Amino acid sequence: MTRAGWIRLAVLAGAAGALELACRTGLIDRHIIVAPSEMVGALFAILASGSINGDIIRTLGIIVAAVVLSVIFGFGLGVLIHALPRLREALDPFFATYYAVPIFIFYPVLIAIFGLSLVPILLIGVATAIVAMIIATLNGLDRVPRVLTKVARVHRMGPLAAAVRLKLPAAAPHLFTGVKLSVSYGFIAVIAAEFILAPAGLGRDIADAYADFNNRRMYALMLFVLVIATLVNMLLHAWDLRWAERRGRGRP
Amino acid sequence: MSDRGEREGAHARLSGVTRVFAAVAGHASVQALGPVDLELRSGEFFAVVGPSGCGKTTLLEVLAGLQRPTAGTVTFEHQAVGDEVPEGIGVVFQEDASFPWLTVWDNAAFGLRRQGAPGAEVARRVNDALAFMGLKDFARAYPAQLSGGMRQRVCIARTLVLQPRLILLDEPFGALDAQTRLLMGEELLRLWRRTGATVLLITHALDEAAMLSDRIGVMSARPGRFIEIVETGWPRERDSTIVGEAAFGALTGRLWDHLRGESIKALGHSGMAAA
Repeated sequence: MTRAGWIRLAVLAGAAGALELACRTGLIDRHIIVAPSEMVGALFAILASGSINGDIIRTLGIIVAAVVLSVIFGFGLGVLIHALPRLREALDPFFATYYAVPIFIFYPVLIAIFGLSLVPILLIGVATAIVAMIIATLNGLDRVPRVLTKVARVHRMGPLAAAVRLKLPAAAPHLFTGVKLSVSYGFIAVIAAEFILAPAGLGRDIADAYADFNNRRMYALMLFVLVIATLVNMLLHAWDLRWAERRGRGRP
Repeated sequence: MSDRGEREGAHARLSGVTRVFAAVAGHASVQALGPVDLELRSGEFFAVVGPSGCGKTTLLEVLAGLQRPTAGTVTFEHQAVGDEVPEGIGVVFQEDASFPWLTVWDNAAFGLRRQGAPGAEVARRVNDALAFMGLKDFARAYPAQLSGGMRQRVCIARTLVLQPRLILLDEPFGALDAQTRLLMGEELLRLWRRTGATVLLITHALDEAAMLSDRIGVMSARPGRFIEIVETGWPRERDSTIVGEAAFGALTGRLWDHLRGESIKALGHSGMAAA
């Protein structure tokens, strides 16, 4: 592990240790926060019981579906908008302010239209994540060096071959940033939507535990969501780092 | 000179070529080039020098088929050059055009794989080109791990493997320091002698043009035209040691005599534009 990695681990262990100590000594009321060791114990018990397997599959399934749809359609729309400069000029202000608007307010509308099912959660996930992918695609295509277009012509490549063999790989680092943001936004939107109103899912489980004053369960589930989200992001970051070093972009 | 005389013949020709960029968004149209007439002899090394903005790159791109001339005709091996870069022409650009997502080996193999060449043939020609360009030990490296000069060599290797008969180089060493440029120039001479290709080099460096070329075309300020074509008279077997010869100094002095007035004109244009 690198020196930075050890420092990171030490900071995490120190924070967890301090929280453990504060909870065990009564400095923090255990009705407010349970000790980290208790969270871990409760989480193992919940996972071992298999009681949330269905919720895990449902929530992660919706997140994966939302991210996949966002990446595919976000990339497609990005390419289309990039090819139509006037449309882009018209849409740019919307993209610039999109994340300043609380799009979550449309969740009740989606429930009213599609009912209390997977669909509104999926749609709110896509609505939250897709614009990050569109913006990343536009940025990526903007930064494809013009000389590559000439290289493509020297190699007598058609528009499709030039796009697939040269422009797409050249834009890939920016596209990957879009994928990473889509994953993050997808996680946030789906868990939050489930927390507000959903028939099932990890977010709903956390909300139920909260309503029942079941702190051990609530914190255990929160820990689970945190661990999964962190692991996925670390994996994507490691991949990006490896790629960036190879391509000479420096650390992302 | 007699052996060269036998090989001489118009390999590529520009006749009455002009290039006018149409007016856009309130800006008047600009005649960047011409009229230009030029015959590139088969197997010669021809350099083009001229003041900034005189249309050197436009000339190269018109010859390559990357830009269509507004008037005039361009031929390569007696075939009209249209909107496509003809087979047999290789271009090396000033900008770093290496593919950062591919290794040096895969960069060099790119064009051959596009053409569907058999694997063994690709391997043979790529290994040969990398060895020739001194990149054999860096075959598995990525461009980001190389210096600017080595990345440019990767681009030259990528062009070289396709065995072009006409190599167009657009200020390929423009971003390199003077010493590296001299050494890269020697490599270019070695490449030219080995391949027997016709080479057209665009450069802003008079010493580079004087050292490398059989003939040097001096261009006027915009719209660029050839105001003189200078025969250097160097033997085919030459290297950077000629920069110490008196004839070299006389040659660069002669080029500068032609170019000085045109460069002042070009600066004047820039000043007026800025005002």
